[in-house]
Amino acid sequence: MSFATELMNWAVVIAFVVLALGQVMAMIRLVIGPDTGDRILALDTMVINAIGLIVLLGISQGIRIYFEVSLIIAMLGFVSTVAYARFVLRGDIIE
Amino acid sequence: MMETIGTYAIALCLIIGAIFSLVGAIGLLKLNDSMTRLHAPTKVGTVGVGALLLASMIHSWVFSDGSFHELLIMAFLFVTAPISANFIAKVNIHKRSCETPPSPPRDATWGTLDVPAEDRDFAPADHKASS
Repeated sequence: MSFATELMNWAVVIAFVVLALGQVMAMIRLVIGPDTGDRILALDTMVINAIGLIVLLGISQGIRIYFEVSLIIAMLGFVSTVAYARFVLRGDIIE
Repeated sequence: MMETIGTYAIALCLIIGAIFSLVGAIGLLKLNDSMTRLHAPTKVGTVGVGALLLASMIHSWVFSDGSFHELLIMAFLFVTAPISANFIAKVNIHKRSCETPPSPPRDATWGTLDVPAEDRDFAPADHKASS
């Protein structure tokens, strides 16, 4: 195994650890968040972190189909953030 | 030779993405105002995930016949991030979890704080229009 491949494998491991740490930090903000806006923001950040984790999974396993999973999660995350914020703002999602 | 350079580029993109994700997460946890906290996770949403997707794209070009599929996710995230940020900022103004911005020049108050004329009788005191 050459040095470059070893470096890439270590970078994948580091990125996994850091994104998991970021996910835990966003979850702490989700629990302690003093207001509704902070909780929505923490959920949005967690969705984006999850996209990053799935992309990393695709790199480390060399499977290409994971990009479709992350695309669907990106769409779902956006729709859920907008729905949550709209529910707080208007008391209704589809008027 | 090209494979070695590509592998180094993947490692660099992964490290950049990891650093920006960490910075965004620390900012989300550490900043002390709702509107200020809105600022930190944008780093995760643009550069963090963008660098990881770039690494994935280079990986597919180096180790198999490449593709541009990851550009779809990147474009989608870059287009939707400002919209959701705008909604969250409106929620912050609506819930009064930040300092209310100065009144707009023409109307009495901001749209999300306004109460329709027929509902003013039973609206809470601090939600009535200031005029």
